[in-house]
Amino acid sequence: MSEYQHEVEELEAKSATAARLFDIRRIIGGLFVVYGVIVTVAGITASSADIKKAQGININLWTGIGMLALGLLFLLWLRLSPTPPPPSPDEQQK
Amino acid sequence: MYDLADGLRLPTNGLDYAILVIYFAVVLGIGFAAKRSVRTSLDFFLSGRSLPAWVTGLAFIAANLGATEILGMAANGAQYGVYTVHWYWVGAIPAMVFLGLVMMPFYYGSKVRSVPEFLLRRFDKSAHLLSSILFAFSAVLIAGVNLYAMAIVVQALLGWPTWVAILVAGLFVLVYITVGGLSSAIYNEVLQFFVILAALIPLVIVGLKRVGGWHGLTTTLTHSHGHNFMTAWGGTGIGASNPLGANWLTIVLGLGFVLSFGYWTTNFAEVQRALSAKNLSAARRTPLIAAFPKVFIVFGVLIPGLIAAAIVPKIGTPGSNLTYNDAIPLLMQDLLPNGVLGIAVTGLLAAFMAGMAANVSSFNTVFTNDIWSQYVKRGESDAYYLKFGRVITVIGVLISIGTAFLASSFSNIMAYLQTLFSFFNVPLFVVFIIGMFWKRTTAKAGFWGLLAGTVAAMINYFWIYKDHIVAIPSDQGANFVSAIVGFVAGAVVMVAVSLVTKPKPVEELAGLVYGTRSPGMEEPPAAGDEAWYRKPALLGTGALVLAAALYLPFSF
Repeated sequence: MSEYQHEVEELEAKSATAARLFDIRRIIGGLFVVYGVIVTVAGITASSADIKKAQGININLWTGIGMLALGLLFLLWLRLSPTPPPPSPDEQQK
Repeated sequence: MYDLADGLRLPTNGLDYAILVIYFAVVLGIGFAAKRSVRTSLDFFLSGRSLPAWVTGLAFIAANLGATEILGMAANGAQYGVYTVHWYWVGAIPAMVFLGLVMMPFYYGSKVRSVPEFLLRRFDKSAHLLSSILFAFSAVLIAGVNLYAMAIVVQALLGWPTWVAILVAGLFVLVYITVGGLSSAIYNEVLQFFVILAALIPLVIVGLKRVGGWHGLTTTLTHSHGHNFMTAWGGTGIGASNPLGANWLTIVLGLGFVLSFGYWTTNFAEVQRALSAKNLSAARRTPLIAAFPKVFIVFGVLIPGLIAAAIVPKIGTPGSNLTYNDAIPLLMQDLLPNGVLGIAVTGLLAAFMAGMAANVSSFNTVFTNDIWSQYVKRGESDAYYLKFGRVITVIGVLISIGTAFLASSFSNIMAYLQTLFSFFNVPLFVVFIIGMFWKRTTAKAGFWGLLAGTVAAMINYFWIYKDHIVAIPSDQGANFVSAIVGFVAGAVVMVAVSLVTKPKPVEELAGLVYGTRSPGMEEPPAAGDEAWYRKPALLGTGALVLAAALYLPFSF
């Protein structure tokens, strides 16, 4: 193995590894739940002008429900298979 | 290059702005959360090679799904009709599958940190330095194109002055990449991917309702634009004329093989996402996972383009005050009520920022690892290079703000970007493909092939086409031909130079050339990677079959 490959391996061992520290699923889930609620409420309170503009579809309501469902799916996925815990201090010493 | 009509101001209200503000807050939040995970330069430039395949795969597709792509492809849809599918099904999927199945073991397995670094190991310093500089230059340039395009769009849609839009977006990208590095860029790309979908899907649904469904759309456009407008291959026989200015051969060879393989397999802004994956299996699956959304995203941009052409049949012609690029903004204005409108505006802005961030985060990696630490300051501590990476990120963003004004002479953004790619990426692809598969290729051949291919493509485009030495009907058609010329010139020069110079000793090529493996680089497969749905060969074949099958309904 050549020198630069050793260097990359050492750095990899020292790395703090983003995936372990925080999980993107929580952020996608959180943002889509918030957006879903906002847009769904806009759909529930939609004026007839809004609905007429969207060709008779209450598009806010449907998009809002869709986004809410996607957000909840991500949170459920996170619940079912949680983030691996950060490496313990001894592991990092290695 | 990118003039939106004056009358396209969107009727945004407080609700839409609230949605936008929440997004900007989350973007910064991700940046600062990612900061805690940056301990070494490898964390900053490659996320510590630690991310799962679904994250890198979605980031891979999102890095390509910038707003220039979305607006540009909808423009192609309004101008050329269903021909637009070629940029996806023949012009992306085969190359993405090739990257995952054939090339990724060399990239990831050899532990290089960038695409140019592979050239350093396989060839020599001259090829490495040339490609690093070309890449750094084009990345900053494209980041500038993105920023400029965004400012024009934001000015037309929201009424912000151009300089405000440039400063706000530039500053947000600056902060979240400088602080959080590649992890921050990738996480934001994954988020942006979903927001874009949440913007495009309602637009397609409401738009189709407006024109009487797919059937109504087909009837209207066949009547107004002719039968070929709604087919993928109609009128592409050699010698036949069509609006694209290309025949099936230049489409398959120029777009499908040369341009697309050049872009997807050697553009570091894309490959970097795969190099940040946690192991070889995840790295190989990155472009393969990305291929499946890529197959379907075409509908999200093509259909709005077609709908715009159906609602405003004169769009893009001198008699209309709307250009092809107005297709998506026009539908947003006409069809989306406040709420979903805010999501769509957020999606567009997010896509602009992500497109710029992808280029900035690959630029800083190449500049630090390939230029600065190789040729200017060698052997400094890792902390030094981490700090330097942050400084060069700031400088890169500032330069792209300056280059934002270069991009003003092309009517169609995609044509502009592809012109650049055909000059830089195509010869690079030749050098990779010959270097990876032919052991005899010498170190010198890499440099001369790269140079000859780039120069040949430029001569073809700027002299033979622009000066009308040979008539090629359109910019797009000329791009396809220039790409083929660059490819052939690069290949011929490489073979010729290889035959008269001395090859590298075989032991130096271990792990870099087909049929060799570096000692000690075998990785045990991670738990769960044996599952059938994680097999690269199956994923790759599935994507190819799917793309081919989708051509069927549009071929007759």
